[in-house]
Amino acid sequence: MTAYSVTRLTWRAPALAAGLCVAATAAAMAQQGGEARPSAVATLVIWMPFILEGFVLNLVMSVLAMAIATVTGVILGFMQISPSRIVRVPAKLITHLFRNSPWLVILFAIMFLIPFQIRLPGGDTVMIPDWVKATIGFALPVMANISEILRGAVASIPSGQWESAESLAFTRIQTLRYVILPQCIRRMMPPWMNWYALLTLMTPMAAILGVNEALGNTQAAMEAAGARPELLIPFYLFLMTIFFVFIYPISLYTRRLERRFATGS
Amino acid sequence: MTPSENWTPDQPIVALRDVHKSFGTFEVLKGIDLTVMKGEVVCIIGPSGSGKSTLIRTINGLTPVTRGSVQVEGQEVHDGNLDKLALRRKVGIVFQQYNLFPHRTVLQNVMMAPLLVLRENRKEVEARARELLAKVQLHGKENAYPAELSGGQQQRVAIARSLCMRPDVMLFDEVTAALDPETVGEVLLTIKQLAADGMTCILVTHEMGFAREISDRVYFTDAGRICESGPPASLFDNPQDPRTQEFLSKVL
Repeated sequence: MTAYSVTRLTWRAPALAAGLCVAATAAAMAQQGGEARPSAVATLVIWMPFILEGFVLNLVMSVLAMAIATVTGVILGFMQISPSRIVRVPAKLITHLFRNSPWLVILFAIMFLIPFQIRLPGGDTVMIPDWVKATIGFALPVMANISEILRGAVASIPSGQWESAESLAFTRIQTLRYVILPQCIRRMMPPWMNWYALLTLMTPMAAILGVNEALGNTQAAMEAAGARPELLIPFYLFLMTIFFVFIYPISLYTRRLERRFATGS
Repeated sequence: MTPSENWTPDQPIVALRDVHKSFGTFEVLKGIDLTVMKGEVVCIIGPSGSGKSTLIRTINGLTPVTRGSVQVEGQEVHDGNLDKLALRRKVGIVFQQYNLFPHRTVLQNVMMAPLLVLRENRKEVEARARELLAKVQLHGKENAYPAELSGGQQQRVAIARSLCMRPDVMLFDEVTAALDPETVGEVLLTIKQLAADGMTCILVTHEMGFAREISDRVYFTDAGRICESGPPASLFDNPQDPRTQEFLSKVL
């Protein structure tokens, strides 16, 4: 029964997206009216490699940001459950600050707080490209959320696990490392993947700051092709389709994982 | 933990003196005195909420006491300077809810603590773990995961896991309370064998027949106090305290 509904979901949504794409293309072609200029679709085809090149940067930013967010988020999460107040309180502050700030505000703050170049001790200067700054800007809110996910996962482990590990003379670190964390990873996978999908969907915000990623390149391409209004729908639909094709399998898999963990098998 | 210099095996291996424990303003233990000699089997019985579980948990330091003294092999348990990990190598505990590690197999559950805590040789630990699993009648289940076992089987794994640390004292905190009636017997049998081997056992239990059969001494607790203690025959057949009489008349 559930398997059936999953299959249906899987096929219905992409089919819908593809249908929309075809319809919009047809509409765009109908607007043409035999002019000498290349059709909107032909224009799109010409610019596709340029847009896809931008999308590669979206992927690079999302993967890098997720790596940074995972490492720092896990460290922060551990600090949040530390028995020591001095460790715990700052971790909670940082976590709550970045969890409850708008992403765009964090992005702007990072953009203007990090210098565009740094001087190394040797006297050389290193430029920090905008996309690197944007990556850090995306990593911070995700880091805060991963910190919370870790804290929540640890809290969800029954206290009996701590007690039996303690009774077997495990140290706190051993208990975390060998008993608690392995059980947490399972529970953390679905939300972690969710945040990766969200993060990837947020990366076009970097276009506002002049990073040449997919959205920025799409806009630049339309501008270069004469900024004709009939380009808008095919170009943006193409852009959405790229993200959709990449993200949708991830969310499907996340949902399947969630269901599997919910039934406890 | 090396035994205290003054301690000799003819002295109590576990000694509680005037132990008080409060959770907030609620006093759970109101002055408990209890001594256990090496090799003795002691059962603590009494109505729910009388502080039995809290009492047994003070012995391995899981529950800190508010006042009084708990000594194991002559060493004060609730002394800030005591090496708690050393104490826990000497005192094993088995819980009502088994608390096995669900992500590890039966064999790994049993081997983990000696490998990680005692840093013993893997081959020796594995041989000992297999031997213990055979002893608790779980031969062939070494590679199963806890979720694949019945409650009674899981509880016997928990016992083997504790024993693999080679403790001097075993604590059992209502270990059959969460089990299906048909698996209670196999767990009690395991404990009985352990007692016959000379292990010092302290049990909190609701199994009156078992307590009577296995114990050298039975303690009846009510409302945070020990009302009465004695050899099982006299306590069960000829209770002196009115609360003991009332309790036994209800449960027997």
